[in-house]
Amino acid sequence: MVASGIEPLAAMAMSIAVFAGASMVASAQLLASGSPALLVILATLFINLRFMMYSASLRQHFAHAPLRMRLLAAYLTADNAYGLLLGKAGDESDKLAYFLGSATVIWLFWQLAVAAGILVGAGLPVSWRLEFAAPLAFIAMSMPLLRDRAMVGAALAAGVTVIAAQGLPLRLSVVAAALTGIAVGMLLEKRRA
Amino acid sequence: MSVWPVLVGMAVVTYLLRASFLLLPPEVETPLLLKRALRYVPAAVLTAIWVPEVFAPGDERLLAGIVAMAVAWRWRGTFATIVAGLLALHFFTWLT
Repeated sequence: MVASGIEPLAAMAMSIAVFAGASMVASAQLLASGSPALLVILATLFINLRFMMYSASLRQHFAHAPLRMRLLAAYLTADNAYGLLLGKAGDESDKLAYFLGSATVIWLFWQLAVAAGILVGAGLPVSWRLEFAAPLAFIAMSMPLLRDRAMVGAALAAGVTVIAAQGLPLRLSVVAAALTGIAVGMLLEKRRA
Repeated sequence: MSVWPVLVGMAVVTYLLRASFLLLPPEVETPLLLKRALRYVPAAVLTAIWVPEVFAPGDERLLAGIVAMAVAWRWRGTFATIVAGLLALHFFTWLT
């Protein structure tokens, strides 16, 4: 982000206030190319639409938690925190504690990583290709979900769609993939019942 | 143009998306159709996040991704999957 011309203080503030990596990288690129403010904010909305689905999904577990806990859970929601919660058994209050705890750790490491990135730039050798750890972590979180035919169908449909829709701007391919995956999952489930 | 107003706008939009459903009062029942749809959100969204990083390039990342999928499927550990995937990535790079 700093590389695309955002001052370090603003980059750190954005990391804390927005706390959503993909939209920050995209906004840095858009700002660097002189895009109007409204377009940058609109792009953020579309890139982060999946958080709305996470919110609806988390509500199934946390609807009865106190409001301030839900406000906190909303702020801490991240792809990996959400993914980790799915593998967690136990009752709702266990899950809330687990979610808030793991999400706080993820938040802290994320902010430290951003700060380190701002201060030292890409310090780690590029040849280690550690950036590939990110998709690998998501593979680890998504594979155990594929327990029945409908789930496998949903994941396959989402995977095919996201590749097919890669040309769409603003990362809308992820939204399109999510909708297609959900539709295919529901269809397969219905046919089986 | 100052970056700060954009920053505030991005923060508000993102927080509202995250909070949206979580802020509904507990009495509101989730409609049955939405409940059924939500079952597939994790599988669909999490898959859509990693597939472009692994499949689109069509090089050693694809092979490493397949190894990682197998490890994740068999042993279900995040750490094991990441280590196996990174090792496979370097192995296939070295091979080609």
